[in-house]
Amino acid sequence: MIQFDKVNKWYGDYHALVDIDETIAKGEVVVVCGPSGSGKSTLIRTINRLEAIDSGTIAFEGEDIHRRGVDLNRLRSRIGFVFQQFNLFPHLTVLQNCTLAPIEVGGARPAQAHEKAMALLDRVGLAHKANAWPAELSGGQQQRVAIARALAMAPPLMLFDEPTSALDPEMVGEVLLVMQGLARDGMTIVVVTHEMGFARDVAHRVLFMDQGRILERAEPHEFFNHPQHPRARQFLADIRTPFARPA
Amino acid sequence: MIDLIQTYWVYFLIGQYPQGPLGGVVLTVLLAALALLLAMPIGLALGLARVSPVAALRRPVTVLVYLVRGIPLLLMVFWIYFYLPTVTGHKTDQFTTMLVALVVFDGVYLAEIVRAGIQGVPKGQYEAARALGLSHARAMRRVILPQALRSMLPSLVNQFVSTIKATSLGYIIGLTEASFIASQINSQVLVHPTAVYLVLSLMYFLLCFCLSRFAFWLERRQARRDLPRPARSPGSPTASAASSA
Repeated sequence: MIQFDKVNKWYGDYHALVDIDETIAKGEVVVVCGPSGSGKSTLIRTINRLEAIDSGTIAFEGEDIHRRGVDLNRLRSRIGFVFQQFNLFPHLTVLQNCTLAPIEVGGARPAQAHEKAMALLDRVGLAHKANAWPAELSGGQQQRVAIARALAMAPPLMLFDEPTSALDPEMVGEVLLVMQGLARDGMTIVVVTHEMGFARDVAHRVLFMDQGRILERAEPHEFFNHPQHPRARQFLADIRTPFARPA
Repeated sequence: MIDLIQTYWVYFLIGQYPQGPLGGVVLTVLLAALALLLAMPIGLALGLARVSPVAALRRPVTVLVYLVRGIPLLLMVFWIYFYLPTVTGHKTDQFTTMLVALVVFDGVYLAEIVRAGIQGVPKGQYEAARALGLSHARAMRRVILPQALRSMLPSLVNQFVSTIKATSLGYIIGLTEASFIASQINSQVLVHPTAVYLVLSLMYFLLCFCLSRFAFWLERRQARRDLPRPARSPGSPTASAASSA
């Protein structure tokens, strides 16, 4: 479904993505992890062109998406994106957040869009908040609305950029549960996350990144029990025992 | 002072109208209102051009903004009054001169207010809108501008207030607005300049004060809606129940 071919990206002199080659199949749930600054957010943001690339190609459903003249808005409406900071529209109600794209981009009739949005809100357990303002919701609820909003255009692919990193610990679970539900329904998902429990239980594959390169790709069981690359071993040791690291 | 007001209040309010041209306070209000009304869409368009991803739109408007901002309004009035006729071929009347000057001036200042308002909206809002597939124009119209306009309100009022006062520059080219009429009255009465100009000052103050209070009221109303106060949530009386399950 997604093919990276020799993808490179620079921020000035900084080589953010280095020769990325990767294929993500339809229905796959892929977790991207790695230390901060490793390029994982940059990587996921290139898939819907929130970030440009400097060389190589990225194909989505066979179409080179970084080519000039791509119908960017159509492409993006087919890729759901969930941000770390939720980015709900504060001047719109929860329901309006979820109907904006279907009405504006998809050309849906309001009644039809409402019905669909209510079904999605019900799916993330927030149908009763449809008329609330985003500011009235907890972080976990906001993120679940953001997921419903991203699903409103019925995209075949969902991208999550650290979806639980801005949440209080007690709200992480509710968001991960919604994501797990999506995975169970066969959605293709790419997640940048530090939630190793989610990676272990839900992901089909884990990509480990450091310094702009994918250093390791493995099934979760393999990755957690037999990490191959020394950087991956170090990373896993660090996140398991954050206080035990020698100074 | 009572005498003064009793004798001249009609003249102060409407000038020589209906025998002569409309003037006085009514002309001042009319000029300010028209200028703002016309400057608003121009300011919005220029402001959007200032943040446009299209350089061909952004650059000339940026130049225009810097140019107009660097010239006193008085000089702009002179340019329009004395130079414009050599281009158009006929004399620009005083009212049109002031109106054009104010519209250009306000348009540019409003453009900067609009730009600042747009850039004040968190970047994530634009990204989220684009990530959903909204075009730049739709993202602006449906997501960014509605939020930007709220934060712009205090600066907008500031600009409106200064426009009301700036109409007094019409005096220089003999436009019969309130300041001009007041000075006419003063030269007829001669002995009460303090009283005449006190009334004139009070008139400007009242206009600006009412506008400021109106804006303050708007702001308060807006703030009530923005605050996460679940009890006031329209249409969802149960929204306060904290449910993070």
